[in-house]
Amino acid sequence: MRHRLAVIKNFYGAAPLHLLALAVCFALAGYATSQTLSAPHWPWIFVWFAGAVIGHDLVAFPLYALADRSLVRALRALHRSPAPTPPLVSAVNHVRLPALGAGLLLLLFLPVIIQRGRPSYTDATGRTQQDYLGHWWLVTAILFAVSAVVYALRLGRALHHRRAPGDDPTPL
Amino acid sequence: MFGSVLLAALPVVIVTGLVSYVAYAPWFGQAYPAHVGWLRLPYFTWPTRPIWLYRLNQGLHVGLGLVLIPVVLAKLWSVAPRLWAWPPARSLAQVLERLSLLSLVGGILFEIVTGVLDIQYWYAFPFDFYTAHYFGGWVFTGAFLAHVTIKLPKLVRALRSRSLRRELRTSRADTRPEPPDPDGLVAAEPAPATLSRRGALAVVGGGSTLIAVMVAGQSIGGTARRVALLAPRGGYRDTPEDFPINQTAAAAAIMPADIGSGWRLTLTSGTRTVQLERPQLLAMAQHTAALPIACVEGWSTMQTWTGVRLRDLAALVGAGHPSSAHVRSLQRGGAFNQATLQPNQIRAPDALLALKVNGTDLPLDHGYPARVIVPALPGVHNTKWVRSIDFRDS
Repeated sequence: MRHRLAVIKNFYGAAPLHLLALAVCFALAGYATSQTLSAPHWPWIFVWFAGAVIGHDLVAFPLYALADRSLVRALRALHRSPAPTPPLVSAVNHVRLPALGAGLLLLLFLPVIIQRGRPSYTDATGRTQQDYLGHWWLVTAILFAVSAVVYALRLGRALHHRRAPGDDPTPL
Repeated sequence: MFGSVLLAALPVVIVTGLVSYVAYAPWFGQAYPAHVGWLRLPYFTWPTRPIWLYRLNQGLHVGLGLVLIPVVLAKLWSVAPRLWAWPPARSLAQVLERLSLLSLVGGILFEIVTGVLDIQYWYAFPFDFYTAHYFGGWVFTGAFLAHVTIKLPKLVRALRSRSLRRELRTSRADTRPEPPDPDGLVAAEPAPATLSRRGALAVVGGGSTLIAVMVAGQSIGGTARRVALLAPRGGYRDTPEDFPINQTAAAAAIMPADIGSGWRLTLTSGTRTVQLERPQLLAMAQHTAALPIACVEGWSTMQTWTGVRLRDLAALVGAGHPSSAHVRSLQRGGAFNQATLQPNQIRAPDALLALKVNGTDLPLDHGYPARVIVPALPGVHNTKWVRSIDFRDS
């Protein structure tokens, strides 16, 4: 018995439980898929399913990774050119975090912010989507303002520490 | 870490979604999608108590689903290098496992995208939302179960490899790269850390908190709705006159002639028929109850409704113990211009044919001349602009 299991493991590359779990996964996926085949426009469900993966892995992820890498490099280059000493407080997270928050909200609430699906929104709610763009700018402004205030406080504290004799001036 | 959060929270989103399907009483042929085969919870009578049951269920399904989006994105970010692993698979097991990741990643992203678009009423896709979101959810659930089965030991090992308490005390300056791992997730030449590990947790937690602040108010209502600046049903203050609806009278094509003095409520049971004008309904015993409208889309609003008890209307037409009540709206088209109620939803003392809300006549958009309001019932089954109720005995 033990020998047979080892043979399976060698051929398959993992424990039998691994195969069982995946068999359940594919059986469920297959059955659920078969249930959609009578729905109108069902091929589009597959297109959107694949599109969700491609849109994230091959479009959104490279874009935000690139944006973040560019930000880090740009800030480093900025500091390197005129001043030889490293900055007292790194600004990178004070730009990155509010931008991330604002970007996340924009991504999530894009339809109401840019007023897509306007007729169905009005039919359902009796309201318009006009206020959402302003709301998004407001939240974005608050995020950047809070981040700037925290940056100023950290910078002030770092300067204070540097002036104090015998203190280590390494950045936070 | 992100994986363990998802392991704890995603089952809540999955189960509330399946529970919501049962809450629609699918055995009356009024849940969407209509046919789901074996892919459903066992049916049970949806209760009328506690009155906030459906409100909580959908608040969790939609609210928690949205709040988890930053965690899902962080999880995908943390494993992204594996996408480009070469060779893609070294054994049959790895080939199958990578295929299952298509169901896992595609499933969660598909559920997020369709759900997020649906609650904002942007039907950018040509297919039916309910069908796609329901079966997409099952594809994801299968892959999620397999993934947890396969990866649970690794998750436990990873959590044990570091002390959370120590990480929470480690600043960015003291943050060191991970040792190389067999999966190749650790960068070969890591750049200096720009964020500590506790910082990374705080960023994701902060993103989730931000979303929670932006949407929780649409389920809580009142002043909190004002705070939910970006929620599809938020950004303004609830008042007794202005609170959310799920469809305007204009969209339902309700004509002034339909609801004028000529309006009659038709009650039937077997061969008996009773017709009532609105003043006659107002002359009957009135009952007042504070009940929520709770939408499948996650928003809800609590208001004080006054009207005639459904069980009094059943008695009026001689229906002793009806096994269901079929309510029809004046609305001619649409999937929700009728609904069938379970026996407990007719009997409940707070189940009303409401004529007033917050002390005044129902606004037209809220279903004037009369609407159904039943505790814990999915919002859209509280039929507006009611034309007739047929009490049925099986």
